[in-house]
Amino acid sequence: MLEFRHLTAGYGKRPVLRDLDLTLNPGEITVIGGLNGCGKSTLLKTASGLLPPLGGQVLLEGRPLSELSPQQRARQMAYLPQGRNVPELTAFRMVLHGRFAYLSFPRQYRREDFDAARAALAWVGGEHLSERSMSSLSGGERQKVYIAMALAQDTGVILMDEPTTYLDIRARFEVMELARRLAGMGKTVVMVLHDLDLTLRFAQRVVLLAEGGVAADGPPARLCDDGSVERVFGVAAVKVPLDRGEDYLFRPLPKAP
Amino acid sequence: MRDLPTSSSDKHRRLLVIAALLCLLLAALLSVALGAVPLSPAQIWESLLTGDRTSAAGRIFWYSRLPRTAACLAAGAGLAVSGCILQAVLSNPLAAPNIIGVNAGAGLAVTVCCVFSAAGWVVSGAAFLGALAAVALVSCLARLTGASKLTVVLSGVAVNALLNAASETLRAFFPDTAMSSVDFRVGGFSGVTGTGGRLWPAVIIIVLGVLLALLLSNELDVLSMGETTAHGLGLPVRQCRALLLALAALLAGASVSFCGLLGFVGLIVPHLSRSLIGADSRWLIPMSALCGGALVALCDLAARLLFAPYELPAGIFLAFLGAPFFLALLIHQRGGRTHA
Repeated sequence: MLEFRHLTAGYGKRPVLRDLDLTLNPGEITVIGGLNGCGKSTLLKTASGLLPPLGGQVLLEGRPLSELSPQQRARQMAYLPQGRNVPELTAFRMVLHGRFAYLSFPRQYRREDFDAARAALAWVGGEHLSERSMSSLSGGERQKVYIAMALAQDTGVILMDEPTTYLDIRARFEVMELARRLAGMGKTVVMVLHDLDLTLRFAQRVVLLAEGGVAADGPPARLCDDGSVERVFGVAAVKVPLDRGEDYLFRPLPKAP
Repeated sequence: MRDLPTSSSDKHRRLLVIAALLCLLLAALLSVALGAVPLSPAQIWESLLTGDRTSAAGRIFWYSRLPRTAACLAAGAGLAVSGCILQAVLSNPLAAPNIIGVNAGAGLAVTVCCVFSAAGWVVSGAAFLGALAAVALVSCLARLTGASKLTVVLSGVAVNALLNAASETLRAFFPDTAMSSVDFRVGGFSGVTGTGGRLWPAVIIIVLGVLLALLLSNELDVLSMGETTAHGLGLPVRQCRALLLALAALLAGASVSFCGLLGFVGLIVPHLSRSLIGADSRWLIPMSALCGGALVALCDLAARLLFAPYELPAGIFLAFLGAPFFLALLIHQRGGRTHA
C-alpha cells in the first residue's frame, strides 16, 4: 500500500502538486493520468524517493518513506523509470540485479537470489532470453526483462513510468497483461500511462491529475461516463455497444461554432 | 561462489580469464628475462629462491628487472580498471583517465612533488589527490553544463588541457626536475627502480584498488543501468558514484605517480576486454586488469629491445600498437554487433 498525505511536490521551490491525499491499494492497477505537465511523473518520482517532497509525506506500507534506507525502500517498492540506459548485460544478470537490495556483506548473490531471478524470468516468459545481451533485445523483450527484475525484487509496490511507450501493440498488451498478473498477486501496481484505451482495458482505478491536484478518481469506465475524461483531457468518450459488452471511442470534441 | 549455478557462458568466460592470466605471466617472464643483459629462467629462479642481491644476475633481477616488470603490470592494471570504472559510472564509452583529465591531474600533482623533491607515499598520495580533484572537477562541470553523455567528455577534455598546461608551465620554470623527461610526458618505465621509494607504495595501492573494484562489481553494474534504475534497486546512488569515482582516481593516480602520463591503456583495454568477455563487471574488471598488465609489459619490452641500446618510452609503443588496434576494433564492432 502506498499513501500520500498532504503531499506537496515539485522541482526546486515550485510545487507541481499541492496538498494531495491519496491511498493506492494492493491488488489493483492504478493508472495515474492527465495532460502533459499535470504532475504525473512528479508524483511517481516523489513516490519512488527520487524527488524529496516539498511538504507532507509518502507512506510505504504505513511507514514514512523518508525514514527508510535505500535498501529497506527497495525491498518494499520497485520502480521502473521511463527512458533508461541499455546496458550490455545479459537479461539474466539484469533480473539478478533485481535482488540487489538483498545483498549483504560479501556482496555476492546467493543461491536463493539465483532461484528468484530464474523464476521471475520464467514468469514473464523470458527463459529463452536469459543469456542474450540487453542491447540485442527488442523493446518489448527488454520491458519484460525489467518487469522480471521488478518481480525478483519481491516488493509489495511496483511503480511503472509509461511502461508501454515505444512498444508495438502486441508488446503493449503483453506488458499490461503482466501488470495485471502482478496486481493479481496482491501487489500495488501504480503506473503513469498516456494510452486511454489500455487504461480502460486493464486498470481497476484511474486517478486523473489536473491543476496540482486530483481531478477525478475511480474505475475507468465511470470516469468516461461521468464526463471526467472529457473535462480533464478535452476529448469526448463515446460509448460504443459491441456484440458482447461495450467499448469506448475517444474523439476530438466538436468545435464550438 | 562454489555452489552457485554457472551457465555455459560463465565457463567460457572463466577460460578467457585463465588465458589472459597465462598471457600476463608469459609477458611478465619475458619482461624479467629480456633486456641489455638477458637472464636465463634458471638465473631468475635462483635469484627468487635465494634472494641473492650480490651476484650480477641477482642485482639485475632485484634492482632493475623486477621493479620494472611490477611497475608495468601494476600501471597497466591500474589504468585499465580505472577506465572500466569511469566508463561505467559516467556511462560514456569515451571516458578514460587520460582523456577526461584524471591522469593530467595526477601528473600535475607529481610534477609539483618533484619540484619540492618529495618521495614515497607523499607522491602516491599527492597523485591520488590530483586525480581526485580532476575527477571531482569534471563531474561537477558535467552537472553544471547539462550532464549529458557528451558534456562529460567535453568538460574532461577541457580540464585535461588546462591541467597539462599547468604541468608544462612548471616544467618550463623548473627544467631540472626529473619530470621534464619525455618519459613522463608520454609514459614510460626507464626511471623505475626498486630503490626510488616511489614504486612500491603505488603498487600496493593498485593491488588493493583492483580488489576493491572487484568487490564493488555489482554496484558498478547496477549504476551502469542509469541512476534512476539504480535508485529503484536500492543503491545509494550519490555515495556510490562518489566512491567509485574516487576509486578510479586512486588507481589512475597511483599509476601515474611512477609511470607518467601513459595514455590509451585506460581507453582501449576496457573496450578490448568488453568485446571479449562482455560488460558484466565481475568478469570485465579482472579481464581488464590482466590484459592491461600484459599489454603494458609487452609494450615496455618492445620499447627496450627493438632499438637497443636506445630505449623509447613505452607510451610511444602503446600508441603505435594501440591506436590501429582500437580502430580495427571499432570497424569490426560496426560490422557485427553480436555480444554473447
